Amino acid sequence: MMIDTTPFRALTPDTQPPYLAPEYRSTVLRSPRSAPVAIPQTITELTGPVFTAPQFPPTDNLALTDGREALGERIIVTGRVLDEDGKPVPHSMIEIWQANAAGRYAHPGDTHDAPLDPNFRGSGRVFTDQNGAYRFVTIKPGAYPWGNHHNAWRPNHIHVSLFGPGFATRLITQMYFPGDPLLDLDPIFLATPDADARNRLIAAFDIGVTEPGRALGYHFDIVLRGRHATPMEN
Amino acid sequence: MFATASQTIGPFWHLIDDPAWFDLTRFGAEGERIAIEGRMTDGAAAGVTDAAIELFQTSPARSASFPGYGRTATGSDGTFRFVTIRPEPLSGPAGARGNALQAPHCGIAIFARGLLKPLFTRVYFAGEALNETDPILALIDPPSRRPTLIARQIAPARYHLDISLQGDAETVFLEF
Repeated sequence: MMIDTTPFRALTPDTQPPYLAPEYRSTVLRSPRSAPVAIPQTITELTGPVFTAPQFPPTDNLALTDGREALGERIIVTGRVLDEDGKPVPHSMIEIWQANAAGRYAHPGDTHDAPLDPNFRGSGRVFTDQNGAYRFVTIKPGAYPWGNHHNAWRPNHIHVSLFGPGFATRLITQMYFPGDPLLDLDPIFLATPDADARNRLIAAFDIGVTEPGRALGYHFDIVLRGRHATPMEN
Repeated sequence: MFATASQTIGPFWHLIDDPAWFDLTRFGAEGERIAIEGRMTDGAAAGVTDAAIELFQTSPARSASFPGYGRTATGSDGTFRFVTIRPEPLSGPAGARGNALQAPHCGIAIFARGLLKPLFTRVYFAGEALNETDPILALIDPPSRRPTLIARQIAPARYHLDISLQGDAETVFLEF
């Protein structure tokens, strides 16, 4: 196997959240007090796990469980996974999970007094194609309360997990929805200092993705760390 | 373009959890099977009960029978366990620091409620002579913190590594 030994670029300051963000209370006892030790990227960081669809079967329609439709507003989410140079990240696995339309996770730890939907499990897995494009169908997740502070509510969001080409490109993030008034009150969303970086977490409504009579469409591109430019590329 | 901002995995990530993933050998890998187990604690020394721990290794070489990746959920007491194949020494970082061989190790990524982005660390194995000259361990100063990355052997082919997110025995986390 050919290994690309070009290191990944450092993340840009303020475009990522810190470990300690006291407004998000759970960070207080879980954030390290010592700064991380900077190390050069070796084969362990430059390469990553390789997932294949036969071993990790895709599930691209969360809105359908055993042939039955979930309750809620059916949506299509599509976009591309790119690196910081705009190059597509092909054949890469994406994991997805979310609350149901009422704002309840099909999880024993979720005690929110909102109904479960027997036709919604809330998890899926897709792979990008050769152009880095992905697509899945689901229902719009509901907002839900959480115990972080008085009257705290999470904005509507879908959790997204990506691997990319190296251990250094591992990313878990959340996709938000445009126009959500809870975003400006959410300490998780607000923890990223750079406003543009925050706003890139908000999907765009897309009438071109929307299917007549069936589902609203949203577009959400995801960018993974790029590699340092080689002299050849300059 | 800038890399997308990380967000927390949250407390309900188990919706994507497949308990079988703790076993990196499950696709029929060949080699010496070892167990890596431990407990994750927070700054109050309480068990971290809702974390995802990921293990990644490039030795043995990745193949259909060994993707080199596993993930497990911490339990109700913060404990975790992986089964994998013992890694071999690996080539070191390129460049000015030379090509000193890396001691056998696996990469670790930690995700949890309260972590807005992953914590990265490594697991090395007690008793490996190369630990003394490993070019990554050598970067950890003071050296007294290096053992936080070295799993102790508790039985044949069975290793234990505690992970402390915060506090006096805080694990050394890595940035790359």
